[in-house]
Amino acid sequence: MVEVNLWSGLRAFADGKDVVEVDAKNVGEVLRGLVELHPGLEDVIEAGVSVAVDGKVIASGLMEEVMPDSEVYLMQQLKGG
Amino acid sequence: MAFDEVKTVDFKVVGQRVKRPDGMDKVTGKAKFGADVVAPGMLHAAIVRSPHAHARIVKIDTSKAEALKGVKGVVTRADFAEGLSGGNLDVLENVMAGEKALYDGHAVAAVAAISPLIARDAMKLVEVEYEILPHVTDVDKAMGADAPVIRAGTADKTVPEGMHANVVRYHESGHGDVDAGFAEADLVIEDSFKTEATHQGYIEPHACLASMGEGNGDLWCCTQGHWNVQKLCAAMLGLEQSQLRVTASEIGGGFGGKTAVFIEPVALALSRKTNRPVKLVMSRSEVFRATGPTSSTSMDIKIGMKKDGTITAGQGTFRLQGGAFPGAPMEFTAMCAFAPYNLKHVKQMGFDVLANRPKQAAYRAPGSPMAAFAVESVIDELCKQLGLDPLEVRLKNASAQGTKASFGPTWDRIGLVETLEAAKAHPHYSAPTKAGQGRGISCGFWFNHGGETSVTLALSEDGTAQLSVGTPDIGGSRASMAQMAAEELGIPYENVRTTIADTATLGYNEVSHGSRVTYASGLATIKAARNAVKILCGRAAAKWGIDEDAVVWEDGFAKPSGPNAGEFDPIPIDKLTQSMGRTGGPIVGHFEATPEGAGVSFATHIVDAEVDKETGQTKIVRYTVIQDAGKAINPAYVEGQFQGGAVQGIGWALNEEYIYGEDGRLQNDLFLDYRIPVASDLPMIDTVIVEVPNPGHPYGVRGVGETSICPPLAAIANAVSAAAGVRLKELPMSPPRILAALDKQANG
Repeated sequence: MVEVNLWSGLRAFADGKDVVEVDAKNVGEVLRGLVELHPGLEDVIEAGVSVAVDGKVIASGLMEEVMPDSEVYLMQQLKGG
Repeated sequence: MAFDEVKTVDFKVVGQRVKRPDGMDKVTGKAKFGADVVAPGMLHAAIVRSPHAHARIVKIDTSKAEALKGVKGVVTRADFAEGLSGGNLDVLENVMAGEKALYDGHAVAAVAAISPLIARDAMKLVEVEYEILPHVTDVDKAMGADAPVIRAGTADKTVPEGMHANVVRYHESGHGDVDAGFAEADLVIEDSFKTEATHQGYIEPHACLASMGEGNGDLWCCTQGHWNVQKLCAAMLGLEQSQLRVTASEIGGGFGGKTAVFIEPVALALSRKTNRPVKLVMSRSEVFRATGPTSSTSMDIKIGMKKDGTITAGQGTFRLQGGAFPGAPMEFTAMCAFAPYNLKHVKQMGFDVLANRPKQAAYRAPGSPMAAFAVESVIDELCKQLGLDPLEVRLKNASAQGTKASFGPTWDRIGLVETLEAAKAHPHYSAPTKAGQGRGISCGFWFNHGGETSVTLALSEDGTAQLSVGTPDIGGSRASMAQMAAEELGIPYENVRTTIADTATLGYNEVSHGSRVTYASGLATIKAARNAVKILCGRAAAKWGIDEDAVVWEDGFAKPSGPNAGEFDPIPIDKLTQSMGRTGGPIVGHFEATPEGAGVSFATHIVDAEVDKETGQTKIVRYTVIQDAGKAINPAYVEGQFQGGAVQGIGWALNEEYIYGEDGRLQNDLFLDYRIPVASDLPMIDTVIVEVPNPGHPYGVRGVGETSICPPLAAIANAVSAAAGVRLKELPMSPPRILAALDKQANG
């Protein structure tokens, strides 16, 4: 299982939790796992998010590997000017 | 040779200040910008814009305009695709108003005629009946209970209950217990700050030429991302994406403002309607009124500090208006606010608010400069009241590898401490200031980005290389790409020509934004070159009758890897390419992927300002930029980015602002009234390039284009506040605002 840290504004969609455990081996499975456990997160995830895995911000790569002991943070989707 | 090993030393071409390939064309006028493209039979277009900040469109009568001699077509919203939703619908609503005009300058119709003059005359004959509605342009007022609702039902589920319908998104992040952190502090300061909207101020107005055929079309335009233009225009015109080919012209500045579309779908719609090529060029007034400035903000900051300079907690509330559409970058403002500091207790909240202004567009590190202004002003005030050195305090609290970012993750290798150490060692920091002058410092942070990227590198028979990239060159990337390709191939820089390919030539490329080009297209170029080198080594191996792995590539030659590989004379690249048609075919290296290792970037700026207390005028007398570039591929370009960010920050801090009248109309839509800095306003901007390699790039590159605009607002505000003897909390710090602050201080 992987511990996924949510930004605190998402607690309202995850039964008040800011850390959710999902069974995942990559970023895509992390996102799918979050929606399965907490369907209220679907709109936010569909709108676009980034995932920080061990400090590396994954903007879009669903196949990026996630290990059981990885530090995983859901983040707002990054863009720039 | 391992084809994927990191190379960080012994560069021959990388790191050199080579001549820019586009320089001569630009200074001699040969370069073709958006407005320079022409086509036989071309029509000229003009856009009818709302003079009202908020109005229901009751009726549009185009008959008189259509009857004018020389007019070939008029379009309104009815000429665009129906059934769009989400972001595409917002873009279309902004490009051409539907039921309501949402801001002064919002497009409501467009005409195409045989000359620009006739198009402008016809524009005046389009009759629009408006029902004028109440409007609001200030972010705080737009959140007030009595504010008019701009677009009902726009808010998403993140918005807390009970908020006004103009609040459309909410962000909250952080960690720890801020109340406990404030309780540990010896001094807590809480204050509020505001910044006005500023425009990216690119010198080249938006321009394009559209030519539609039967279900397909061509578009030439100045843009930061032509694949994005293709995608959006195809949606708005109801076309298949592949049937629209988009070519990017030279670009006269973008800074984020050309990551969106404004006129391109209109020109395409007019071309489809008239069956003629249509050219559309914005005036400066149109650029100000109807393209994206940055958000204006209203911010509350609370920070606690111990007497030894330890920051015990930080909290920020950031309210950003982004015009009449969702998208103000409040989440980045929130996440960047405390990013430079290692805080046990931190909380940041952001609100995205609608107002009757043009749809904001990205502007260099969107949202971050405003956050730095507010947070770094409070840190400066804490240092002042506690008698602490502001640089030492920043060093004491600085984020570093292994500390936890204010927005969550643990930092990888970052270079903030190195920029602070360089600032401390710089002669500027220890130089005395003269009477009437004040010194300010600030840190700044930006994430940087990777994104979808495609590159092709084709070798010619003579051993030179043609490099095709898909990211428009907004900051000198053609030179940097050529340097990286030359480095890998072992050939002179001059032997590589870099071209910005059109959408029909390469796979998808994300927009040139997020300081991603030198990182992502650079990484792609290196990988594509390594693929080409692998083929070259294979051809040499075949010629020698040895294994491919027994061949190495050095300085443009294939060589046996060692004595065991056999005794063969090295083969230069041109000998291998001369015969490539007979040894296996053309030699081309590709790279198509989404690099995910963009390294974040930090900067520290030092500013000296002089304030005339009689007139309120500020002069920047000395300015030093210190920033982590990871690895500077072309130091001259990197320094240029540092200097450009500082200069735009000086304008934002001191003079630039959108000024709206009581009627909701923009009052200063020309450069005469919207004052950007000119050379005579500025000192030489000194630069220091810090190089802390990014582990996610083969050469260690970090993006540099955006971070340089993060610290200036705060550093200048701290310098001006020190010089004036009063804390400035609102931008721009124009002479009237400085005089008002001095007056308020004198009169209590």
